[in-house]
Amino acid sequence: MTTLLAQPDAITFDRRVDTAALRGIAVRCVGVTKTYGSGQSAVMALRGIDLEVKTGELLMLVGPSGCGKTTLISIIAGILDYDQGECAVLGQDPKRMSARELTRLRGANVGFVFQAYNLIPTLNAAENSAIPLLLNGVPRAKAVKRAREMLGRVGLADRWKSLPAQLSGGQQQRVAITRALVHEPRLIVCDEPTAALDHETGGRVMELLRAVALDEGRALVIVTHDPRIFGFADRIAKMDDGRITSINEGRHEDRSTARGAGGTSDGLTGLLSK
Amino acid sequence: MSFVALRMLIGDRLKYLALVAGLAFAGLLVTQQSSIFTGYASRMGVWIRETAENDLWVMDPQVQYSDDIKPITDTMLYRVRGVEGVRWAAPMYKGFLPARLPDGTITTVRVVGLDDATLTGGPARMVEGALADLRQDRAMIVHVRQAADGLRLKSGMPGEGPRPLRVGDEVSINDNSLRVTGVFDASDEFFWDPVVYTTYSRALSIAPRTRKLSTFVLVKTAEGADVKDVARRIEASTGMRAMTPGQFDRLTMWFLLTRTGILVNFGITVALGVVIGVLASAQTFFSFIVENTRHFATIKAMGGSDWTITRMILLQVLVVGGVGYGIGLGLAAVTGQFFAGGGLAFRMPWQIPVLGAVSVLGCCMFAGMISAFRVFRLQPAAVFKA
Ligand SMILES: Nc1ncnc2c1ncn2[C@@H]1O[C@H](COP(=O)(O)OP(=O)(O)OP(=O)(O)O)[C@@H](O)[C@H]1O
Ligand SMILES: [Mg+2]
Repeated sequence: MTTLLAQPDAITFDRRVDTAALRGIAVRCVGVTKTYGSGQSAVMALRGIDLEVKTGELLMLVGPSGCGKTTLISIIAGILDYDQGECAVLGQDPKRMSARELTRLRGANVGFVFQAYNLIPTLNAAENSAIPLLLNGVPRAKAVKRAREMLGRVGLADRWKSLPAQLSGGQQQRVAITRALVHEPRLIVCDEPTAALDHETGGRVMELLRAVALDEGRALVIVTHDPRIFGFADRIAKMDDGRITSINEGRHEDRSTARGAGGTSDGLTGLLSK
Repeated sequence: MSFVALRMLIGDRLKYLALVAGLAFAGLLVTQQSSIFTGYASRMGVWIRETAENDLWVMDPQVQYSDDIKPITDTMLYRVRGVEGVRWAAPMYKGFLPARLPDGTITTVRVVGLDDATLTGGPARMVEGALADLRQDRAMIVHVRQAADGLRLKSGMPGEGPRPLRVGDEVSINDNSLRVTGVFDASDEFFWDPVVYTTYSRALSIAPRTRKLSTFVLVKTAEGADVKDVARRIEASTGMRAMTPGQFDRLTMWFLLTRTGILVNFGITVALGVVIGVLASAQTFFSFIVENTRHFATIKAMGGSDWTITRMILLQVLVVGGVGYGIGLGLAAVTGQFFAGGGLAFRMPWQIPVLGAVSVLGCCMFAGMISAFRVFRLQPAAVFKA
């Protein structure tokens, strides 16, 4: 089976991360605080977060509205600066990096999935999915070709030419997942990825995320309100009022499936060869 | 990312067309209004420019523009001829005189009298007859378009109906009967009173008798002589004013622009056109970026640097600005050509498209940069805001 599917041409670019040196830790936060605004209108969104995200795990962040979930994954993804404490993202501290270096780190190593998908309406599915590769300097034709291959793996092989408006919510989220995966990032952050979807579609999107995105070299952090998807988590971190109140093992039984079948570094190849 | 930038721009046909239309409107306003202004301004000195044989115009020091008639004595000609560096000097009469057309229509004409011997300063393009025909008895020549306009026989000859004045017609100027012997062509002037040419001596004979009769002395300087030096010497020895055609042209244009209020009125119109056009384009582009802020924020979060965003926005500005401005410029040129037939003063020297492009594209760039700064200041974390 593997031989029938030609290995895609390697697309390489400088990732700026020493994967071996991570020793299984994708993100490590110690005493992280974040306050929005100042003076009377100041809002303390995070009040000292200690959290480790391991490579190869799917961690969910749950908690009531306004407790700081989005703030925390923004910091984890390197798109928001924090005040105190320390937060190493893929072994590097955003605070000690220039804005440019941080942008490069993010572009090469972080994938994003949004509640509202955030697809560019005038680009087709393949083009939307190709953006992270384009941002890493991959030529357009090569990037779009790879994105088409990836779309095949989320079941949208025949929809690569469709514009977002021509796709259902679940399909759009699959395009967004393809976009989050196309450049093989080490960390994927998702904010409420199923909130705009009905239960069944949401469940399928989560199955897909677990199946195609999780890889032994990659960590997934998913913010959610939706208790019906808790079952997909390896661990669940409960938050309240800017703090993590508890971290529980998730109910996901068959973790070996996700942990890169066959132990290859390319989870996608592994998935396909099954 | 350039194709992403272009797709964002062009992908939504309707919005793209609205953008292009806004910028086309801006380009049209800016270039059309400036061209009309330039057209009028350049008509002001056209008579001076087309009286092309002389290097200097000598006139009363108080003359303020080409049709500001301040008579000088006709002996001035000989004094000018005596100045060192003058190769030749020819007299010219110019005056406003009443004319009665053969059908009884009465109008005012500007009579220009040319040196009898040389006919210096006459029109360069004859449509019918020859300039030399002015030496015939009672001869005068008329302008081809004015013959059908200001000199039109509106009442018409008995049994004929209205028609243009033509060769052979008799015109009574200041109660002296002259005969049309030819028709010349010259560029349209800012002034409207018809110009008729005749000889200098005939012009003096039909003009009211006064002590001072001449108007200008046209001077050609000797080969190798410095025109400015000769002018200074003429002024010193005659007390007259001696100007190069360029100086006289600019004096005329400036006087008319400032004294008629054209500069202020038209200036306001042009400025409004420019401001409205440029604001329209800036606003159109600005709102385009604002509408796309979410996408730029997403690109930023996914690893797009500020420089990447800047390049995308600049490309969008150049494409939409170039296309829109190009269409506007084209429309300005086409409408200019179209209405020029109806007498619209329209002149578009290369500076207008260039300056128009600089102002329209520059303002789009400016708007683009302001909107880019909004994107720069945007925390990439804003992408998670629904
Ligand atoms: N840009 C901001 N400026 C000021 N306050 C903010 C900003 N973003 C978030 N906050 C505040 O910080 C707190 C945490 O917000 P955050 O968005 O992280 O919560 P959340 O857990 O994601 O909530 P939800 O479940 O509603 O999305 C809230 O009180 C919010 O009002
Ligand atoms: Mg949130």
